[in-house]
Amino acid sequence: MSSDTPTGGTARESKAEHIRQLLATEGDAVAANTRGFNAGRYESVAKLDEYEALKDEARAIKADAIERLPELIDAVAEAVEENGGAVYIAEDAADANRYISEVCEEADADRLVKSKSMTSEEIEVNEHLQARGVDVVETDLGEGVLQIADEAPSHIVAPAIHKSRAEIAALFNEYFDPEEPLETAEELTLFARERLGEQIKEADVGMTGANFVTADSGTIALVTSEGNARKTVTVPDTHVAVAGVAKIVPTVEDLQPFVELIGRSGTGQDITSYISLFTPPINSPTVEFDDPETPIGGAGEDRDFHLVLLDNGRLAMREDEDLRETLYCIRCSACANTCANFQSVGGHAFGGETYSGGIATGWEAGVHGLDSAAEFNDLCTGCSRCVEACPVGIDIPWINTVVRDRINDGHEGEFEFLVDGLSPDVETSGPDLQKRLFGNFETLARVGSAFAPVSNWLANADPAAALLERVAGVARERDLPAFQRTTLVEWVESRDRIPPADPDRKVVLYPDLYTNYIDVERGKAAVRTLEALGVEVVVPSVPGSGRAPLSQGMIDTARAKAEAVAGDLDPYVEAGYDVVVVEPSDLAMFREDYRHLLPEERFEALADNSFEVIEYVYGLLEDGGDLAALDHATGEETVAYHSHCQQRTLGLDTYSVAVLERCGYGVRTTDAECCGMAGSFGYKHQYYDLAMDVGESLAAEVRAADADHVVASGTSCTDQLDDLLGDRPAHVVELIAPEGEQSVLSATSRHTGDGNR
Amino acid sequence: MAHQHSSGGGYEAFAATAAEYGVDVRRVSPEEAEAAIEGAVDQPAVGALLPWDGVALPAAVTTDPTPAELSAATTGVTAASLAIADYGSVVLRADEHGSEPISLFTDHHVAVLHEDDIVPDMPAAFDWFGETLRESRDSAIIATGPSATADMGALVQGAHGPKTVEVLVVA
Ligand code: SF4
Repeated sequence: MSSDTPTGGTARESKAEHIRQLLATEGDAVAANTRGFNAGRYESVAKLDEYEALKDEARAIKADAIERLPELIDAVAEAVEENGGAVYIAEDAADANRYISEVCEEADADRLVKSKSMTSEEIEVNEHLQARGVDVVETDLGEGVLQIADEAPSHIVAPAIHKSRAEIAALFNEYFDPEEPLETAEELTLFARERLGEQIKEADVGMTGANFVTADSGTIALVTSEGNARKTVTVPDTHVAVAGVAKIVPTVEDLQPFVELIGRSGTGQDITSYISLFTPPINSPTVEFDDPETPIGGAGEDRDFHLVLLDNGRLAMREDEDLRETLYCIRCSACANTCANFQSVGGHAFGGETYSGGIATGWEAGVHGLDSAAEFNDLCTGCSRCVEACPVGIDIPWINTVVRDRINDGHEGEFEFLVDGLSPDVETSGPDLQKRLFGNFETLARVGSAFAPVSNWLANADPAAALLERVAGVARERDLPAFQRTTLVEWVESRDRIPPADPDRKVVLYPDLYTNYIDVERGKAAVRTLEALGVEVVVPSVPGSGRAPLSQGMIDTARAKAEAVAGDLDPYVEAGYDVVVVEPSDLAMFREDYRHLLPEERFEALADNSFEVIEYVYGLLEDGGDLAALDHATGEETVAYHSHCQQRTLGLDTYSVAVLERCGYGVRTTDAECCGMAGSFGYKHQYYDLAMDVGESLAAEVRAADADHVVASGTSCTDQLDDLLGDRPAHVVELIAPEGEQSVLSATSRHTGDGNR
Repeated sequence: MAHQHSSGGGYEAFAATAAEYGVDVRRVSPEEAEAAIEGAVDQPAVGALLPWDGVALPAAVTTDPTPAELSAATTGVTAASLAIADYGSVVLRADEHGSEPISLFTDHHVAVLHEDDIVPDMPAAFDWFGETLRESRDSAIIATGPSATADMGALVQGAHGPKTVEVLVVA
């Protein structure tokens, strides 16, 4: 029972410590930069009339290119050779490095200058060449800073965002000891530019990556704001470009949507200063700075070009149904910038050996293996905010879930006996105990409710909280959800209400776990609201959606849940009932995640007939529903509204805002991408500080709004805001529900555990 | 270069977007071009031959520079093959006259553009790129504003490339 296994308490503690340290040292700089990029993205893509169409086009091009990859590799090789260059397909990092060092040897190179390339980081070519006596100089200013600091990039596009200007100045002043200490960003840029500029002039080989390679012309596209890539290609007579095989697109014309999307999606620039379309060897004279008096000229007849196309697991990823879409990635960084967790800790926590951010799980699993992905995969909470930001529409959360499932498969747990009784999952092999505990939340809720309030007192009592933290890593700072003695289903059954004889519509209200066992009041409010609008409402007993196990990477269990839920709801749908869901994360299961878990027809039937409760109310009102039947604001009441992450991705936040406004409220919405709680994430001991850091930025917005009501749609957001503000937000439906058998708001407080009023 | 692009009022749109990046854009007649270039350069200046009949570089701009002259130059004058109105971008095509290093190693870049070569948007530009690059196997840069970096803690212009860009549109 030692706890120093990689998944035990010690590992959790060291992960917690690592995160705390990053939050303290790099968190502020990363947060300022990534949030700036993210805000810039919203602004920049909004200027595109055809944004969605461009994304679809970009995705289609990538899908086609990956489909035809073997053929395109041949075409690129042919084109580059026609142009006078050489192509080398490198099987892995060692193979690529061997070839590159041979090129350097042939060129008799003392110095190689590089422009920024993540693929070259992946193969660690700098170390390889330096060990062989080649001086490698990173010419991108951010990479240059890191080379001096001997640190790894914290972001795939802007590698040094974890460093503030003051830190860079201190680093330069110590390292270079200039006559006048450097201070401003301008001084630092000028200094670095001069120094690196001189080194480029003396270079023998220039190395670049490639954002894209075209198969029809052998052109490589480089997206940069600095001019260093151009200099790296133009000055030395030998050029090596290192690119993953997945960077190939069929034609030059295919570059167009990517050129329009990549800067906007990443750093929020409509376009970067330079989109270089090099067709090497380039027809531009080399500039021999060591022969200063001979006029430059000629079409670069003396140039040498080598394109190293790196496989390193990519061709296997192409055959892997779940990882394949990773290869569509154009490395724009949107999925990092939009991610609330990434915004707080950056790529030094949210990253593996080379790659960072949401999609890094796919890359690391594919090129370095599951161990590298396992280091940070947990940091994806599945909030899904990256999905709409991704210019090629990759289902990034799904890739994270699949990889989590594979990591689970490799795990042999301890303490399993403790949760075995509570964990009727169908996983064939072992996710760790923390994951199983949270993944089997449904059983916990059922048992907890049956024994409430005693179970609530026990779970939050000090000794029990300490044990839960030590054994399963449940943060003891958190109050555990208080289960209600009477579930929503039981409450509905106990009412002697005669259903309307000729209802306008019939609804089956899905009793999601939170609404059924914990936030029962919002369920009652939903029932009253729908009934007030002339709808017949039934609330049958239906199992959990599988959200909890899915978020822990327990796909088999989630699939079993999906099948059971569909089995229970299908007959209602067939009988003309609409499915209404209160908890957004469960609605997202029905509308999105079940795509991966159910046969297409079943998925579509349920997805097409499921609605978020306020979305549904909005529809009823649009259809002539009686607005006056709902509860309205008195006077000038204001609401600070935090929509739920997955609700926003589904585009449903607007309905809540609209309905609140119709009911007379002045509404301020929050910008924070996620509350930080994200289901069980914020309950995990090792991520508690991170979750609170993420939540704090939301709480600051809510405080600044200074509204009469704080309203949230998701349970997680509600729990998190409760912890941060000391006051539990209501659900939208609780504000608009007509008074009924029970008082509307704060009829129960989850802290009292008094569940049966 | 052939003037294959008809201009549909592209100048105004191009000039307005380029101005957002701090690029100074001016329209000149072919007859005025030489004097306008002379007025736009800070000495020492280097340049690459312009491809249009009747539009010449002033004597004050050194062509076929040596590496030493290139290093010492403040201004580089080169032709732009195309401009993209939506983005305020100019397209700089590499050639044997050294247009690429001349537009890159100097602090001030003066691009000379023919008004007929302004295309409205990226799809139009990529029609041109597709045809041109497949056939010629040339290289070209879509350049928008001066070089820039935010890597040192704030946005700074002039990062391994020009700090300022000026475009003269010959109409
Ligand atoms: S997965 Fe999508 S959003 Fe993330 S870096 Fe790749 S292309 Fe950009």
